[in-house]
Amino acid sequence: MTAAEPMQKLINDPANAVADSLRGFALAHASMVRLYESPCVLVRRDAPVQGKVTVISGSGSGHEPLNTGYVGRGMLDAACPGDIFTSPTPDQYLAAIDATHGGQGVVLIVKNYAGGVLNSEMAMELAAARAVELASVLVSDDVAVPDKARRRGLGGAVLVEKVAGAAADAGYTLEQVVAVSQRASNQVRSMGVALSSCTAPMLGRPTFRLPAGTMEVGVGIHGEAGRMRIETTSADAVVELLLEAVAADLELRPGERVLAMVTGLGGTPQQELYIVYNHLHRMLEAQGVVVERSLVGDFVTSLDMAGAAVTVLRLDDELLRLWDAPVWTPTLRW
Amino acid sequence: MRPDMTLAQLRAWLLRYADCIDEIADQLTELDAAIGDADHGANMVRGMSKVRMHLLDASEPAEDVAALFRTVAMTLISSVGGAAGPLYGSFFLRAAQTPALAGCTVVSTQQLAAMCRAGAEGVQNRGKAALGEKTMLDVLFPAVDALERAATAGLDLPDALAATLEAARTGLHATIAMEARKGRASYLGPRSIGHQDPGATSSYHLFTTLAATINAAA
Repeated sequence: MTAAEPMQKLINDPANAVADSLRGFALAHASMVRLYESPCVLVRRDAPVQGKVTVISGSGSGHEPLNTGYVGRGMLDAACPGDIFTSPTPDQYLAAIDATHGGQGVVLIVKNYAGGVLNSEMAMELAAARAVELASVLVSDDVAVPDKARRRGLGGAVLVEKVAGAAADAGYTLEQVVAVSQRASNQVRSMGVALSSCTAPMLGRPTFRLPAGTMEVGVGIHGEAGRMRIETTSADAVVELLLEAVAADLELRPGERVLAMVTGLGGTPQQELYIVYNHLHRMLEAQGVVVERSLVGDFVTSLDMAGAAVTVLRLDDELLRLWDAPVWTPTLRW
Repeated sequence: MRPDMTLAQLRAWLLRYADCIDEIADQLTELDAAIGDADHGANMVRGMSKVRMHLLDASEPAEDVAALFRTVAMTLISSVGGAAGPLYGSFFLRAAQTPALAGCTVVSTQQLAAMCRAGAEGVQNRGKAALGEKTMLDVLFPAVDALERAATAGLDLPDALAATLEAARTGLHATIAMEARKGRASYLGPRSIGHQDPGATSSYHLFTTLAATINAAA
């Protein structure tokens, strides 16, 4: 333990934080999900659902509600929660596949991090012995990383998972689910800003120190520092900074339709998130962009990090239809 | 060819590595907090504790070197997660698949070098990193190069490992000045310069514990 001062956290043993939380989650949402503990997998209550493509996503814990909050009808069949900020093991993916596949193939939604990619690759190699058709879709929406091949997956993951789940429910084949999910992934961009670091239970202190009056621009979702540190400024100025990068990379043009999302990083109140959204929406409209749908709240977080990320998904008729399709999960319900 | 390292010594090495990981866990966490996400210490402890449990379980002792390494590989792959699980798993898995290793209960310095070479290449194939990108490879490759040179020169294992450790240490220290190009630290860009790489640090201790195991036996 390297903590200089006691953690201000509602936990028991730091080593059990993930397991304790998942047990509570499973109890709280027992009508929708079921938890298997070894290896750790959270699945739809009614899994395996036969006759549709199975959608699975894994990620480290600490990003709640990603991915556990998205397990349910119309979205994920299973989530594989890793340790805090640690991608899940191949065993977890295999257990998820075994518990949920419904005979029409399985698609893994993978966020582009070294660990996420390596473990899902290994899972797919190990699963080759099973008679299950497997595919994966990579989410890499973070424009803060200039090199496109190394871009991290951020809030775009939620949107891609929703599209994949809806497509699977609509009876798309594995190939079609992959195609439309990959298209959503290709059409989404994000960028985030942190106003504080976060405190992982095992570390016991903030991962990095942000001096008063500064913010980290281009942060990921693991408490890692961002690309650059700037002086704090108004919410509107931050939105302009983030949207400029996102819109330029997406090559957003007047007349195009989008879904605009603001996710908090875990430690910023809704009031501030709507201040961010207010300017984001107006900026997009001022550019002639049509904001067809929106999502504001904590959807992909980094424990208790203060800050927010802006995500813009370019919509077409099919993506909009899949976004609007019914969903019934602990986090998204319509 | 004089047999240089027995199955029991390889097992002792892995147990020593597990203990070492416990000792340096906080250091790994701190290094990772500086340029990553502060989970490398906890992840390695989780994996090597499982490895220790398997090795101490007398009901299923490994029959040969290949089986020993395969057990270590599968244990790490199934318990570590993150990038470290597949990468360390690949190191031991590929080392276990070194030609002519099946059935061996002793390995020569040449064989040990061949195993480490296969392991390092396994890490590279899995992680797609190159030398100089501030990763485990910046320790593994210089160390393996030195071990191979020592084996070719006909050095005894203690001397060969002394040279290997020296090369590993040089490689480790070289990561401080590097800009990360792979993994979580790469998102920091130039801000990753000036920090020792956590993965290279845990890899370096593969060789400190290997040397310590052989020196303890000598």
